[in-house]
Amino acid sequence: MEMSADLLYSKDHEWVRVESDGVAVIGVTDFAAEQLGDVVYVDLPEVDDAITSGTEMGEIESTKSVSDLFSPIDGTVTEVNQAVVDAPELVNSSPFEEGWLLKASFEALPEGLLSAEEYKALTQS
Amino acid sequence: MVDQDLRSTALEAVHESLGATFTDFAGWRMPVRYDSDLAEHRAVRESAGLFDLSHMGEIHLRGPQAAEALDHALSGKLSAMSVGRAKYSLLLTEQGGVIDDLIVYRLAEDHFLVVANASNAEVDAREITARAAGFDVEVDDASARTALLAVQGPASEQILLDLLSAADSGVAGLGDEDITSMKYYRVAEGTYRGAPLLVARTGYTGEDGFELYVGDEHAEELWAALTAAGAERLVPCGLACRDTLRLEAGMPLYGHELGRDLLPAQAGMARVVALSSKGDFVGRAGIEAASTEGLPVLVGLVAEGRRAARAGSAVRDGEGREIGAVTSGALSPTLGHPIAMAYIDPSASEAGTELVVDVRGKDLPVRVVEMPFYRRG
Repeated sequence: MEMSADLLYSKDHEWVRVESDGVAVIGVTDFAAEQLGDVVYVDLPEVDDAITSGTEMGEIESTKSVSDLFSPIDGTVTEVNQAVVDAPELVNSSPFEEGWLLKASFEALPEGLLSAEEYKALTQS
Repeated sequence: MVDQDLRSTALEAVHESLGATFTDFAGWRMPVRYDSDLAEHRAVRESAGLFDLSHMGEIHLRGPQAAEALDHALSGKLSAMSVGRAKYSLLLTEQGGVIDDLIVYRLAEDHFLVVANASNAEVDAREITARAAGFDVEVDDASARTALLAVQGPASEQILLDLLSAADSGVAGLGDEDITSMKYYRVAEGTYRGAPLLVARTGYTGEDGFELYVGDEHAEELWAALTAAGAERLVPCGLACRDTLRLEAGMPLYGHELGRDLLPAQAGMARVVALSSKGDFVGRAGIEAASTEGLPVLVGLVAEGRRAARAGSAVRDGEGREIGAVTSGALSPTLGHPIAMAYIDPSASEAGTELVVDVRGKDLPVRVVEMPFYRRG
């Protein structure tokens, strides 16, 4: 399972990468992508939408099922990845890179985000 | 995932070694995918896929009155089958509801093989045995010792020919001619390593393909031989793509489009019930007494976009009235748009009718179409 040490993770299998200026990039993990199977559709919030940690902000649909997409942080959507909207399979082929879902500005990260080690332990339990 | 109560097929170790993801299907630990549902689906449409279907049931009927027993037990006129033919049939309740849908092969004048869905294999064996009582026939439920491997896709025939021509193929009694001349819904017998081997040109994908029945003890070797013969043309395929393939092909799935509370005519299967060509059989009275007027009928639905309606989604008409429900649905990998099967009020069932399906609170416009959604060639 590919993982990056500088990411933070949520219990709902999202990853968060903080860019330098109070903006976070958000996606779903390799583990989530594998559980889902082939992703065929992503339903993302829109730019300027508020997102709330732990609350459903969209949906990811695979060939077999639909999963809620939970926001890992409190913030405001600044950018949506059009590439993944056009080609949802990027979530499977590149969940941490080209398959990023959205960017959001934030004030502070919530408690409870997991480190790489903690997330890895979660997925192995 | 609770694995320990699940049954395993003879090929479980193979699936493990191929990195399969498993699921519980009818109490069996079955491969749902090896790599990607979509890649496996496409492989079957464009080349060939190899499926382990050993969880299904195989019930042999042998004896001078095997044909009569089946005429009595099932919906079709099995006695009219020539040797070497296959026939789709139904096991009905007394009321005419569907206990299972089946493929029946006539292997000899006095020998039939009934192939049942995994979820109903035990019930079917019990029912058929009970219904065969009083006929000069022996019912042998061979499900627990029979493996079923399916090769499905346009490259299937060539792969089977390459299997036959391999050095020490293990196959005897079947020559190239038997394969190339085998029409759809036919079956031939040979041996594999000296044990009985059935090769049938049947399948559940809408493509050309073969289903091979062999004893469990030969399953791994046969899988390996097919894999070697198929090489890069043949891809292992799990149950996930099996479902999207059969949906595109307009084939019903028991528990979704067929069930005990549904009459064959509702599923468009009145012709599978041989009312006019044979005498009494289990379910005849129920079918004759039932009026299908006003009962929901099975239709195909198509939509634009990429969000699929799923089983259970409500179907509404132009006025917002709920008129039925989806029984199966998916984004069609081949067609690129959502397809679904649904039971709806017959008044709305004409092809071209515009309806709406509730997809998690959002309205998805759909249109009624004739099935199948996809036809090969």
